[in-house]
Amino acid sequence: MALSRDQMAIRVARELQDGYYVNLGIGIPTLVANFIPDGMDVMLQSENGLLGMGTFPSEANVDADMINAGKQTVTAVSGSSIFSSAESFAMIRGGHVDLTVLGAFEVDVSGNIASWMIPNKLIKGMGGAMDLVAGADNIIVTMTHASKGGDSKLLEVCSLPLTGKGCIKKVLTDLAWLEIENGAFVLKERAPGVSIEEIQAKTQGRLIVPDHVPEMVF
Amino acid sequence: MAGFDKVVTTYEDAMSGLQDGMTVLAGGFGLCGIPENLIAEIKRLQTKNLTIVSNNCGVDGFGLGILLEDKQVSKMVSSYVGENALFEKQLLNGELDVELTPQGTLAEKMRAGGAGIPAFYTATGVGTPVAEGKDTRFFNGREYLLEESITGDFAIVKGWKADRYGNVIYRHTAQNFNPLAATAGKITVVEVEELVEVGELDPAHIHTPGIYVDRVIVGTFEKRIENRTTSE
Repeated sequence: MALSRDQMAIRVARELQDGYYVNLGIGIPTLVANFIPDGMDVMLQSENGLLGMGTFPSEANVDADMINAGKQTVTAVSGSSIFSSAESFAMIRGGHVDLTVLGAFEVDVSGNIASWMIPNKLIKGMGGAMDLVAGADNIIVTMTHASKGGDSKLLEVCSLPLTGKGCIKKVLTDLAWLEIENGAFVLKERAPGVSIEEIQAKTQGRLIVPDHVPEMVF
Repeated sequence: MAGFDKVVTTYEDAMSGLQDGMTVLAGGFGLCGIPENLIAEIKRLQTKNLTIVSNNCGVDGFGLGILLEDKQVSKMVSSYVGENALFEKQLLNGELDVELTPQGTLAEKMRAGGAGIPAFYTATGVGTPVAEGKDTRFFNGREYLLEESITGDFAIVKGWKADRYGNVIYRHTAQNFNPLAATAGKITVVEVEELVEVGELDPAHIHTPGIYVDRVIVGTFEKRIENRTTSE
């Protein structure tokens, strides 16, 4: 079975470490915040200028001046800090964020990522995604393995305009955990009950399948 | 205290000198911390052919979105413009030009512009459409883009509290691009919720020192919420 959105978030959360500063993108990455292990201290960075993002507020505590990068009303945890957009991206570009999790349309074997533009269709803009992928060393991309029409999103060469070049090393799809090494996807783990053949069929870029590929356990 | 007194009492005075074809830098992220009354004054003035530098372009009917209604904007420099149907229509019709700029690069363009630095190198955007036509250079084996800074004829800024000298503090995440825009305008106009006595703000806690600020006006704000999300 393909992973649910929550299972994807749970798998990503296993990469968290105590004391990490983490930037979570919109969509599945946001769900990771729900699965931070008990007893682990993780501080969430929101690129509009908040380090130490908390939960959504109660109705009584909604504050128009307190939002996250998704423009949702949020709270700030004890020990948080708030700063300008330039300071926020100094942290991001300067490599101070320990883990960045974001979605994508496509990833390729060279570690290129396309996540912001579909020519003639979608012209909303890149927001902070280009800065995030250029600045972070430790990035996890979360996305479905293939489109609804069955087209692979793990490609030999990205077909869409890039968000960043050569910056992705880890990809979690609904079918597998893969790492990009020496110009190929290496299959590290597969979703429970998903066959290696299915992953091979849905991976267009070069795929290396080790002798043993463990199933994820939830 | 005439010399340092930046306070004006009408929005007409606040935006006095704005002319067709000027570049206006605006603070705000989404609808959070936007100078909503200064934007409304630009609409009232019907100034045309403006270049607006702002992370977003408001929404249909509020914030910078209202300047699109009478086609006052000829060019937007933004990182994300996805909340605005009229924007998309004018862009597709060729009535509006947009320079999509990565969010961190946009912030740094204003910061550097206000700090007298004309351009800077960043890894952001290397190998992407953002790099087209820009110089690149390698430092320590990594490729970087040369990005030019931005300054504006006007900067319009939303603060929380200011004193008459133009020292400003921002409230929570309504800070965002505001202190950066404030440094990079030839004329910087700050509208605030509250005017306090000189000396009342802790000097060490001031976000925007008055040296950057030309005019201060006290306004009332709707503070519309774009994406109200609660735990209940």
